[in-house]
Amino acid sequence: MGAIWAVTQTEKGEAKGISFETIAAGQKLAAALGKPLEAVVLGAGVRGAAEKVAVRKVERVRLIDVPKLDPYTPDPYTAALQQAIEAEKPDFVLFPHTYQVRDWVPRLAAALDAGFVSDVVDFRAEGGEPVFVRQPYQGKLNADYVFAGTGLRLVSFQAGAFLADDAAKGDSAAEIVEQAVDLSGVEVRTQVLDTFQEVENKVDLSRADVIVAVGRGIGKQENLGLIEELAAALGGQLAASRPVCDNEWLPMDRQIGSSGQTVAPRLYLAVGISGAIQHLVGMKNSGTIVAINKDANAPIFSVADYGIVGDLFEVVPALTAKVREARGA
Amino acid sequence: MKIVVCIKQVPERDARLRIALDGKSVDTTGVATEINESDQYALEAGLRLAEGAGGEVVALLLGPDQAEEAIRRALAMGAARAIHLNDAAFQDGDASATAKALAAAARQEAPDLVLTGLQSDDAGWSQTGVLLAERLGWPSATLIMEIEQPADGRIKVKRELESGWFQWITLPLPAVLTIQSGIYPVRYATLKGIMGAKKKEMKKLGPLDLGLDPGEVGAAGRRVELHRLYVPVKTAQAEILGGDVATATAALVDRLQKEAKVL
Repeated sequence: MGAIWAVTQTEKGEAKGISFETIAAGQKLAAALGKPLEAVVLGAGVRGAAEKVAVRKVERVRLIDVPKLDPYTPDPYTAALQQAIEAEKPDFVLFPHTYQVRDWVPRLAAALDAGFVSDVVDFRAEGGEPVFVRQPYQGKLNADYVFAGTGLRLVSFQAGAFLADDAAKGDSAAEIVEQAVDLSGVEVRTQVLDTFQEVENKVDLSRADVIVAVGRGIGKQENLGLIEELAAALGGQLAASRPVCDNEWLPMDRQIGSSGQTVAPRLYLAVGISGAIQHLVGMKNSGTIVAINKDANAPIFSVADYGIVGDLFEVVPALTAKVREARGA
Repeated sequence: MKIVVCIKQVPERDARLRIALDGKSVDTTGVATEINESDQYALEAGLRLAEGAGGEVVALLLGPDQAEEAIRRALAMGAARAIHLNDAAFQDGDASATAKALAAAARQEAPDLVLTGLQSDDAGWSQTGVLLAERLGWPSATLIMEIEQPADGRIKVKRELESGWFQWITLPLPAVLTIQSGIYPVRYATLKGIMGAKKKEMKKLGPLDLGLDPGEVGAAGRRVELHRLYVPVKTAQAEILGGDVATATAALVDRLQKEAKVL
C-alpha cells in the first residue's frame, strides 16, 4: 500500500503557510483511507522548513534539498518529484493550489501519465474510494470527481479549503529522511531574470474600515461615479474585482482578491460582483458583508450577511441617499 | 512567426446554468456562449506578436459543431485560419485527454509558440496549457502578463506571481505560454473582420487525422471522471432584503445601523 504525500511549497527557505493546509487535508485523507501520510519538502536550503513541518503529525518528512531548485523553475521541480515518486511509489500526492503548483504540477501529471484533480475544496470517502469536490463554472456549481483507473493520483487543494491550524501536531517530531534525486542531467530551460513587486500599493486597503467594491456589473468606466458617491457617503474606500482593473477602469492597487489585496474591513459592500473564488478569498473575512447583484444565484450571496437582488443602477443611488440621510450628511 | 492559440467555447459569464438530465453536465440548450475569457486575451496577445514580427495566428479549438461560433469570432478578430478538433471521440474528455488531442494538432503545425488562456471559466482546471507543453516536450510558463518579441531563439515574458509579485523570465522557442486575463485590451471584431472570416480556412480534424487512437482521447482517455454536477448547498445564506428599491435600501440601512452596528 502506497503512502499519501503532502508536498510543501517553500519560499526563501520557509514553508509557505498554505502548505500546512495541505497537511491538514492529508491528515484527513489518511484517516479516511487508512494510509500513512508523509510530507515532502523540496527546495534549496530548506532543512529548516522540513524541521517545522516535522512537528506536524506525519509518518516522516522526505527532504529534497538541491541547489538547482532555487530559484523555482518548472524543469528541475518536475524532475525531482518525478524521481522521488518513481522510487517510493506513493498512491496520492497532494499540493496547495498555488500559482506555482499550476506552473509545474500539470507537467508532472503528463510526465507520469497520472490523473490530477486540481482546485479541490472538499472530499469524502465512499466505499474506500475518495470523492473530490470542485467548484466549476466560476463557483456556481459543485462537481464530484473520482479518479479513473488505479494509477498515481495528484490532487491540489484550494486556498482556505482546509485550515492550517487543523494540521495536528505529533507526539514527537517526525523523522526527516533525505530523498536522493539526481538533477545533474536536467536541463533548466527557464531562465529567471528578475523577481519584483510591480508598484508599492499606493492605497493600503487592508487598513480601510469600510470598503465599497465594484465588479463587472458596472458595465463601463463612466458608471463608476455612482459607486464613488456611495463610498463617499459611507466614508469608505473604493475597491474592485479583477475584471474592473483588467479593463483599466480602476488602477491595480484597488483590486481585491487572490491577485490583489486581502482585506477584512468592518463593512464590505460588493456591488455587481458575482463572487468568483479569486475574489472571495480576498474579502470573505470581512465583518459585515453586503451584496448587491442582479443574479440571485451569484456566489457572492453565499458569503454575504445581507443582500439586495436588483439592478445596481437603481439600488445604488437609492442606497446612497438613504445612507446620507442616516448619517445626517 | 507562427503562433497557435488554443481557445475554448464556454457559457457566457452571466448565463443561467441548468444541470442536464444526466446529472453530469450543463444543459447548453439556448445558453449564450463566448470564447473563454483568458483565451480571448491569449488570442489578443498572439495577434499582437504576429502583427509585430510578421506571421500568422492559427486558432485551435476542440469542441462540437456549436463551437464553430467561437471559431468564427476568432477568425473575425484576426486569426488567419482555424483548426476544429470535432469528432464524437473527443467528447467528454478531461484536461489530460483534451491536452493530448491539442498537442497532436499543434505538433502538426510546428509553430514557434502555442498560447492558451490561464484556465477555463467552466471546468477551471488550469492544467491544459502546461499538460500540452509536456506532451510536446516544450518548455512552458504560466500567468503571463507581458510578452516581448523573441530574439535569438528565446522569448522574454513577465509572469504574475502571488501577492502582487512578478517575474521576468526567458525560455527557448518553441514554447507554450498560458495567458493571464488583462494582459492587453482585447480588440473587437470589426465588420470587415466578420465578413472576411467567412472566407478563411477552417479545417475539421478527428483523432485519426492526428495519428491518435480514438481510445486515448475524449471520455475513453480520461484520468479523472465527473460523477455528479449539482447546485451547491449554501452554508451561510444572506438575508435577502426584498420589496421595491426604496424598501430594500431602507431595510439595509436599518440592519447596518441596528444589527451590524456598522453605520
